[in-house]
Amino acid sequence: MQFFIQLTLDGLTIGSVYALVALGYTLIYGVLKLLNFAHGDVFMVGSFIGYGVLQALGGASNPMVPVWLLLLLVTGAAMIGCSVLGVVIERFAYRPLRDAPRIAPLISALGVSFFLANSMQLLFGAQQFNYASYNLSGGALYFRGFDLDGVHVPLLRIITIGAAFVLMVILWFLVNHTRTGKAMRATSFDREAASMLGIDIDHVIVFTFVLGSALAGAAGVMFALRVPTFAAVGFTTGLKGFTAAVIGGIGSIPGAMVGGILLGCAESYTAGYWTTAWSDLVVFTILILFMIFRPRGLFGRVDIRKV
Amino acid sequence: MSELTPPTPPPVDPRPEPAAGPAVGRDEWVAREGERRAARHPWIGTAEARLRLVPWWAWLALFVAAGALMPAFESSGYVRLVAFETVIYMVLALGLNLIVGWAGLLDLGYIAYFGVGSYVYAIFDSSKFGYHVPTIILIPAATIIGALVGLCVGLPSRRLSGDYLAIMTLFFLELFETVATNGNQIFGHDITGGSFGISGVSPLSFLGHRLAVQHQGIFAVSYYYVAIVMFVIIFVALRFTNLSRTGRAWRSLREDTLAAEVMGMPVNWLKLLSFATGAGVAAFAGTVTTALNASVYPLNFSPVVMITIYAMVILGGIGSQWGAVLGAILISVLLQVLQNPGQARALFYLGVIVGVIAMFRFSLRLAAVVAATAVFGVVVHAVAASYHHSWVDGAHGGVAGVLGHWVVVPVQLAPWVGQVAYLLLLIGMLCVTQLRGWLRIIALPPTLYLAGFVWENLMIPNPGPARYIILGLLLIVLMIVRPNGLLGERRVEIT
Repeated sequence: MQFFIQLTLDGLTIGSVYALVALGYTLIYGVLKLLNFAHGDVFMVGSFIGYGVLQALGGASNPMVPVWLLLLLVTGAAMIGCSVLGVVIERFAYRPLRDAPRIAPLISALGVSFFLANSMQLLFGAQQFNYASYNLSGGALYFRGFDLDGVHVPLLRIITIGAAFVLMVILWFLVNHTRTGKAMRATSFDREAASMLGIDIDHVIVFTFVLGSALAGAAGVMFALRVPTFAAVGFTTGLKGFTAAVIGGIGSIPGAMVGGILLGCAESYTAGYWTTAWSDLVVFTILILFMIFRPRGLFGRVDIRKV
Repeated sequence: MSELTPPTPPPVDPRPEPAAGPAVGRDEWVAREGERRAARHPWIGTAEARLRLVPWWAWLALFVAAGALMPAFESSGYVRLVAFETVIYMVLALGLNLIVGWAGLLDLGYIAYFGVGSYVYAIFDSSKFGYHVPTIILIPAATIIGALVGLCVGLPSRRLSGDYLAIMTLFFLELFETVATNGNQIFGHDITGGSFGISGVSPLSFLGHRLAVQHQGIFAVSYYYVAIVMFVIIFVALRFTNLSRTGRAWRSLREDTLAAEVMGMPVNWLKLLSFATGAGVAAFAGTVTTALNASVYPLNFSPVVMITIYAMVILGGIGSQWGAVLGAILISVLLQVLQNPGQARALFYLGVIVGVIAMFRFSLRLAAVVAATAVFGVVVHAVAASYHHSWVDGAHGGVAGVLGHWVVVPVQLAPWVGQVAYLLLLIGMLCVTQLRGWLRIIALPPTLYLAGFVWENLMIPNPGPARYIILGLLLIVLMIVRPNGLLGERRVEIT
């Protein structure tokens, strides 16, 4: 039982990272109908920005500011940096292709992903960057926390899961209860009709990229607080984030959360009860099963094709 | 009556009306072909018309003859090996062109089939497991197994549209890598040799005669000829397939799947068929490559290789066989050239010069930009040199002659300088694409200089990431500037 709780905790932590990545995919896919392959690399850049800010503020062992402010600054910088990156990518790589055949922006997205991953490798090398978060204020983030049935739940895990949850609630509010959110939903439903009704499509798309990329940046920091980050991490994580989005149902915000958590738990249980080597196999099997039996995911709506 | 305004004339269509002929769609485009050709230079138009009369098999024969004669003039083992790899890339690009260009399915797991062929060959003809299946049986068998794997990937994917298919196949590639990397412990059996791969793979054998991989210490040219034979077989077979009923059905699938389905085409079956055929081609290419390398590793089949093949097909022109061949040659040579510092430098400056000339033609503005860039560089160099001589002394190693007095190459580049310069270069490039007129001319010299700085200090010392950065940029720019590639057929949108 203790082992199970431990694994669940692991799964929830990594799952909330996947969920944040999946939200970005879902948002961008919903509005642009574009599978943004570069999203995973935006996530990777976010984790690098976080590392840079952490080092600029004195590193994990000797930070200049209190820990709570440090975490806030690191996450905030990553979110802002990624938003800018997302907007630049949209402006220069996707906007010129908005009316092109579907395959063109997909290939362009592949190019952006390739470009970002290799640029980071060029500038920072292929080595791993460790946040060394266990050094933060003498390891308080690990020693503090509470016990659950004999399993220690470190504070950092609680912060990660809690922050992810808060971000999702904010996102849900933005999309469902603001004017821009309404415009986003309208654009996602029918772009042409939305533009005829006076919605500024460019504005909506830029806003979507800001939101999605900021979430990816936050996810990057959360990921790197747990394990070291490196230039090639974006590809696999992006892939898993997209799988989470598909499981939850593309275009659905609660779906992305549930999908991410499910995927994280599945991976964690595979690693715990079987072997880490085959966790990709399990993810792939889940994806295939969903594709065959429920292509619209858990919460997705049926797409009616009009001719 | 006089108060009535005269009827406004209908808005003038800027496009000239076609003189006669059918009004809409492809027919109009076809009908205006001669007109367009005449609009070009008369010589070019005439030459084009003449060249079009040459049948495709004559072009193929010419091309193959030129390729086959290459070893007679080039004795370097390295060049021959690159030529062999290029031919393999051409075959892979042809197979991918079938799936993406003809059937219109975005298969991002393509390189996994290449891996399947390689592994099948390695498992059944190597000293590791002791099986030695004759090549004449093994190559067709590996091709068929590759095709079956393609069929299996296609089965759950056949109902999926573009994006889902892409992610599904990409995941399949990841899965293939996982299996290959962890295949040494499948229920206690060693099947793929794990991350160390399989070594000691036997060379090809025909009629009991082993084809040696090396001849007098260098790459044996016989493998090059085997690859060329393979290329010819694949090229001709795919050519006929494309001209056949199935080929036409694939193209209709690409243009409009729904319409094809309504017309009674077996859409799912056609998709599976294209998957399987493309996969078979890739597996076929995998066998010969593995026989030459005498080993196979999971890392040979990473997404990086796959994107390289995509870049070839897209550069050449999606849907065009000659395009795939041309793209494979260009990208393969480009990747080799970028690894050699001297050639990479020459290529870069050549590219910049051609690019600037293409941007401004031969005009006063071109002269202004070139002069400003030169002066800018000299000034920056002088400032850096007066600050400390170690800032410019690194130029002796690689950059000789005039360039050493122009571009700043520090002895030891501080990492942050490189990072800031790279970031500034990106910003500069993005600005140049947005600015117009004089602003662009002002922004261009610093950007060009930064490009030179980044190229000398970052890209040339790190050819690994640098060549893939170029490839990534190439994909983005191609999609925006010329999505139909060099030889691709322009898509005709029917209004």
